Amino acid sequence: MSPRTPLTHKRIFRVSSRDLEQAGTVSTEVRRDLLSLGANPDVVRRAGVVCFEGEMNIVLYSNGGRIILIVREDRVELLFSDRGPGIADIDLVSQPGYSTAPDWARELGFGAGLGISNMEQNSDLFKIRSRVGAGTVVRATILLGVPFF
Amino acid sequence: MKLCEIAALLDARFVTGADQAEREATRTFAADLLSDVLAMVREERVLLITGTVTPQVVRVAEVMNMGAVLFVRGKLPTATTVEYATGAGVPLLAAARDMYETCGILYRAGLLPAKRKGLPMDHVPPDPPHP
Repeated sequence: MSPRTPLTHKRIFRVSSRDLEQAGTVSTEVRRDLLSLGANPDVVRRAGVVCFEGEMNIVLYSNGGRIILIVREDRVELLFSDRGPGIADIDLVSQPGYSTAPDWARELGFGAGLGISNMEQNSDLFKIRSRVGAGTVVRATILLGVPFF
Repeated sequence: MKLCEIAALLDARFVTGADQAEREATRTFAADLLSDVLAMVREERVLLITGTVTPQVVRVAEVMNMGAVLFVRGKLPTATTVEYATGAGVPLLAAARDMYETCGILYRAGLLPAKRKGLPMDHVPPDPPHP
């Protein structure tokens, strides 16, 4: 792990399970925070997409959790954690098109099985850890000033 | 193309954001699946054409800095969602036409598809012509 650069901004958001009225609001808040900090538009867009996917995953599939936004001099980090049920096979759920979404999630326009791979593609560093029965933790990092490939 | 020109072509009306009728939308993406919008659109100020009217549509449009959302098939979001869009500065339009017709009219008028990420079928050669 690289040495930490100074923290410029930190915010913690709670995310409720199955709360479809509020789902997506953390991502819009994250976007507004980053814009007010003067982050460049590409970073803001990528962070917004990563956050939205992660937020929807917590709302649709978990028992609730939280999202932490950390902005450092050289990076934006989004930490997602939930209280279960956990993912048994992370490689499998990371495959584009694989989905366990129930019909009600698909009716909302989600559950295409693109979420985790999309989070990964919009991040420079991406780590996901999970234990069945305990929960899932995702750390997505966007490096500032690094071109997006 | 300006939002007001788009509205005129489609006989669409502004649900909110009529004050931004002069805003330009140069490119378009059409989908009901928000997962696809999040995964595929790779540029900003895009016009999103959709038949999905959940609050999440407007939030996705805000997060991706889209130019406007155009609802098709005569569908309308709830008052709460419209209010949210007004606050977020996302213009909403509604057309009675279906998605195919809407896209056809706008394509013919010169509105181009949004830049998107590569898709699995992009490099698959087409089927040979039928005998």
